[in-house]
Amino acid sequence: MPRSVKKGPFVDAPLLRRIQEMNQRNEKKVHKTWSRRSTITPEFIGHTVAVHNGKKFIPVYITENMVGHKLGEFSPTRTFKGHSVKAAAEKTAAPAQ
Amino acid sequence: MARIAGVDLPPRKRAAIALTYIYGIGRARALSLLAKAQLDPAKKVQDWSEEEVTRVRQAIESEGGVEGDLRKDIALNVKRLIEIGAYRGQRHRRNLPVRGQRTHTNARTRKGPRRGTVANRKKASAKT
Repeated sequence: MPRSVKKGPFVDAPLLRRIQEMNQRNEKKVHKTWSRRSTITPEFIGHTVAVHNGKKFIPVYITENMVGHKLGEFSPTRTFKGHSVKAAAEKTAAPAQ
Repeated sequence: MARIAGVDLPPRKRAAIALTYIYGIGRARALSLLAKAQLDPAKKVQDWSEEEVTRVRQAIESEGGVEGDLRKDIALNVKRLIEIGAYRGQRHRRNLPVRGQRTHTNARTRKGPRRGTVANRKKASAKT
């Protein structure tokens, strides 16, 4: 079930405060945050937010298209670099048959 | 022959079923469209009069969201997800399930036919 419209989008309060501060002073600084659960609202557009992925902060430049998504969607938590060489060799052998 | 939204409707089927041959119309939407066009859902397509075909066509056109237009909308949505670099976009890019399903087994709809192991292929060819 989606979130009630009555409540409005969820943004962690300290993060939202920080963004609004920066908007007032018209400055653009990269802001580190762990709040992957925060929804991106129109105030975020043009800012760069460094979103924690469990290990390090991934800089995310917010564009208009991203409004309505959560910050965490842009900071992948898993690294998959493909399967072992043995499996890859089997795959290339398959079409040869 | 009733041709609606670029699709030939099967003449020998009931209206409610025939409309589902159009991409974007399922059972529920077929029934609501027929109610809008004030047409009996049980009436076969071959028994429709010209005027009735026009009514159905108008009902569909007023709603939109079928065939090419719908496919275009979906493609644009996917493209947006890919362009903004969202997790769901990454999954689309790799043709893997987007909504958190398991991929250890299953997920064959997205992944396509199995690329089996060497042992499996030998077994399969020995049987045939």
